[in-house]
Amino acid sequence: MSTEITVRVNGVPRTAHVEPRRTLSDFLRKDCALAGVRVGCEHGVCGACTVVLDGRTARSCCTLAVQADGTDIGTVEGLADGTRLHPLQEAFWKHHGLQCGFCTPGILLTVQELLADNPDPSDEEIREGLSGNICRCTGYQFIVDAVREAAAVLRAETNGHATG
Amino acid sequence: MKPTAFDYVRATSLDHAVAVLAEHDGDAKVLAGGQSLVPLLAMRLAQPTVLVDLAGLDELSYLRADGAHLEIGAMTRARTVETADLVAGRVPLLPAALRHVGHVTIRNRGTIGGSAAHADPAAELPAVLRALDGELVATGPGGRRTIAAADFFRGFLDTALEPGEVLTAVRLPAQPAGVRVAVQEFARRHGDFAIVAVFAAVELDDSARIRSARIAVAGADQVPVRAAAAEELLAGRPPTPDLLVAAADAVAAATRPTDDIHAPADYRRRIAAVLTRRCLEQATAARAERSTAA
Ligand SMILES: Cc1cc2nc3c(=O)[nH]c(=O)nc-3n(C[C@H](O)[C@H](O)[C@H](O)COP(=O)(O)OP(=O)(O)OC[C@H]3O[C@@H](n4cnc5c(N)ncnc54)[C@H](O)[C@@H]3O)c2cc1C
Ligand code: FES
Ligand code: FES
Repeated sequence: MSTEITVRVNGVPRTAHVEPRRTLSDFLRKDCALAGVRVGCEHGVCGACTVVLDGRTARSCCTLAVQADGTDIGTVEGLADGTRLHPLQEAFWKHHGLQCGFCTPGILLTVQELLADNPDPSDEEIREGLSGNICRCTGYQFIVDAVREAAAVLRAETNGHATG
Repeated sequence: MKPTAFDYVRATSLDHAVAVLAEHDGDAKVLAGGQSLVPLLAMRLAQPTVLVDLAGLDELSYLRADGAHLEIGAMTRARTVETADLVAGRVPLLPAALRHVGHVTIRNRGTIGGSAAHADPAAELPAVLRALDGELVATGPGGRRTIAAADFFRGFLDTALEPGEVLTAVRLPAQPAGVRVAVQEFARRHGDFAIVAVFAAVELDDSARIRSARIAVAGADQVPVRAAAAEELLAGRPPTPDLLVAAADAVAAATRPTDDIHAPADYRRRIAAVLTRRCLEQATAARAERSTAA
């Protein structure tokens, strides 16, 4: 049995037939060719597969594609504005917040939500926010540095917009 | 691994969900947030033939304060409950505990009903339901019934729900104003299931004696443990260091941990005592916050 779903992926509408057992991570990687969705543990622990569903982060490996019917899905591919990197991507690049980059898409989306909920987090809050994402390469310190700087850039941008 | 094949039904009403479950007679499973069930499917520890998705049932997603209770619809997401002022004001132990459930990303999807129905003995919500004498509301082919938390959690991932029943809500008594709460957990990584977690809600009287205490422990038995003997010991007494240590020992004595790959039983029992003492110190400290996440 396959089920028809309609979703918007990074703003683009898409209708597809999926088997109910297809996970959202496999749907995005294999049917939508969005390889920025990483699959590590496939049971919710590593955070590599994190995407945004209707504005909140979700584990795409712990979500069936059929559950996403009708939602707006964001992946790391939607983060940059054309060729202009998102401030988080800029900061990760500048502070060497990644080595192999496997964990990076999930971390970027997780941190984007963290900063939306809490624009000026302490280092401890950043570490707690990152605790659901496993990075095998960087030891986290550079990631924390990158998040701290991106937070400042984003705050300045928001204030800029607010005042004119 | 990938899940085995199954059919998928998106329930259009509670009656529809109950009817589909009845039709499949034990082979169907309810799908809520999927944060526990989808991994179980992927590991093939669960192989239902049909999943009945409750996601479309807005009627099961609500927070309601009725008289002396807070009622939470089963499909309400953990993150919604954690951040709602209504909950913080009425049952402050709940948000303090939910902050320890997985990570924000898990809480965005995981539901209150899913956590209760899954009944992991290390989970936070079942322990809070036990500590505060909560109730669970279920609907099945025979109609609606209410089950006390004390009777609901029966064993490891085992509850009093019958196969054809849908959990529709949990109910918690509104707490007295001024109740002080504390949560202490020991986990390998922030947000992971705790090795042991202790939850306390304490009321002090005008002379700073303990009027009442409610204590529950997760991760120390096949079900959440309610520490009644320790609660009795504390009631009516000033929170002296000796009393708190005695209560911590009484809590540890109420646990029945088993050895597993994460920790030997005796280690869990000792951690339960240490975490209880910290909880009680925190909840009875002179200028304790009304609600504190540890
Ligand atoms: C990495 C990770 C870490 C986690 N850490 C924690 C933690 O620290 N503490 C914690 O408590 N939880 C933790 N969880 C589990 C998480 O909280 C789940 O969200 C929760 O246990 C299940 O809720 P759900 O809505 O996702 O239910 P689902 O996964 O959809 O369902 C779980 C079970 O309950 C049944 N069910 C669901 N809803 C109903 C209903 N209304 N009526 C009848 N049966 C129903 C399902 O059939 C299934 O058997 C973690 C999960 C992950 C992936
Ligand atoms: S692949 Fe989804 S959390 Fe690891
Ligand atoms: S950069 Fe390699 S896993 Fe994080």
